[in-house]
Amino acid sequence: MMEVLAPGRLTTIQDMGRDGYGYLGVPCAGAADRLNLRIANRLVGNPEGAAALEMTAEGASLRFDADARVALTGGALELQLDGAPAPMYQTLSVKAGMELRCGRITQGWRSYLAVAGGIQADPVLGSRSTDTLAKLGPAPLEAGMRVELGAVPVPGAGAYLRSAPQYATRVRLRILAGLHQEWFAPEALLALRNSVFRVSSQSDRIGLRLEGSALQRIKQGELPSMGMVEGAVQVPGSGQPIVLMANHGATGGYPVIGKVIAADLHLAAQLPPGAEVGFMDVSRAEAMEALRRQELRLSQDLISADASLLAARALMQLAGNHASLQQAAVSDGKRRIRIRK
Amino acid sequence: MKTRFMGEGGLLVETADAAGAHALRRALLQRRIPGLRELIPGYASLLIVADPLSTDMDALAASLSVPVDAGTRVPREHEFKVQYGGEDLAVLAKRLGMDTAELVRRHAAPTYTVAFLGFAPGFPYLTGLDPALKSPRLARPRALVPAGSVAMADEFTGIYPQATPGGWNVLGRCETNLFDVSRAEPALLAPGDLVRFTASP
Repeated sequence: MMEVLAPGRLTTIQDMGRDGYGYLGVPCAGAADRLNLRIANRLVGNPEGAAALEMTAEGASLRFDADARVALTGGALELQLDGAPAPMYQTLSVKAGMELRCGRITQGWRSYLAVAGGIQADPVLGSRSTDTLAKLGPAPLEAGMRVELGAVPVPGAGAYLRSAPQYATRVRLRILAGLHQEWFAPEALLALRNSVFRVSSQSDRIGLRLEGSALQRIKQGELPSMGMVEGAVQVPGSGQPIVLMANHGATGGYPVIGKVIAADLHLAAQLPPGAEVGFMDVSRAEAMEALRRQELRLSQDLISADASLLAARALMQLAGNHASLQQAAVSDGKRRIRIRK
Repeated sequence: MKTRFMGEGGLLVETADAAGAHALRRALLQRRIPGLRELIPGYASLLIVADPLSTDMDALAASLSVPVDAGTRVPREHEFKVQYGGEDLAVLAKRLGMDTAELVRRHAAPTYTVAFLGFAPGFPYLTGLDPALKSPRLARPRALVPAGSVAMADEFTGIYPQATPGGWNVLGRCETNLFDVSRAEPALLAPGDLVRFTASP
């Protein structure tokens, strides 16, 4: 059990979402950044689609009732475990009674906290995801709530991720050509590729709303409603594009000018308001190659490690990351290793 | 069949109408395609979503054909009692050049067909609207449309299952539970079902 001391800005329970109910109008939902959800789960030995916490802009503060193994991934947090800085992208051992303060997200926009055994909540249509559009699944975290954890069958070895992803505030997302090119003036197709858009503060789990040169449509009116996919770049009448995120509606009716490739969806999910976005074309073959490479890297970069190796890695990382770091402590469950500058 | 890729794992198949999309969906369900994630019917299309790492999307696209006999479902009939008098009833009647009683009479006259569900869980897109009533969506969508609102836009009419933001013209309200995850079939309406509205005083 975890007690929520402070929920952060928006902290929800997420897994890989509800597949197969789009025909009823039910969004898939699930983690906005599925890559980091999967990494966090694998670092604690869970199936990669287990339910975990998705924290936006600012992380939660939690107190653990029992010993637990956790891992944090995604946007860079000012993480503190019982008052001492703690690293991301590796298994952390938490003792009963300890407090984990995730702090602000200083790079990126969404962070994931996985706990060995997964987060328990009543599944709705096969998923524990909080659907922020259709309001299905568990409610967002609030102070004082208690979050139930699943049983841990076997305490596996720990792990860390070699070369963790870095998130910038200026990215170029790779796109495939959209379904409705003929709805746009040639200038609009060029403007999408040659100009820089800014991420609006209206962006959420449903869509990344962009502001920049208006993409002029040459066809007016509405399209008949059709199924939509994550990453689709829709252009409503205003000409300001919207990149559909994990919690987009199952169907939509705005013309689609492009589709962010699957391998870049985690980059889109990590863009904070104000970040700058450009787009560049790739072929479907290149998009598939990027996706395969990402999968391969994921399995190659996850390294099993025992407690002392993890402790050493944590210290190295903290010393490297924080010029002002004066002291750090790491516990491997038996010993507590403390280092001072 | 006209089929276009929608990203790495998406295939949008154009169909003659919504019924064609549902027939294709039923046929594909029987094929048990590995890696299949979603089959989402639209107004005249079916979106197939599969995991592109475990599904040969090109082979899947090439294998699609108009279903010969995918089985049919006996449509159910539903009647909803509507308290007409919604937010947009008067403005809409004026724009259409009729009084509100005439608008209500024309809206309640047809037997509608559920074309497909979309927009929100259980939200039915109903076809069969009197062509004289066809109206554009609101220029400014509302932040919150109450659950049970009966509304129309373009050539469709529909019912909001839950309170959501929305841009359709609201004609009235009815009491119903269109979507409930605790039921074996969460959505009350299914594509092909017939729907009638009656004005309740």
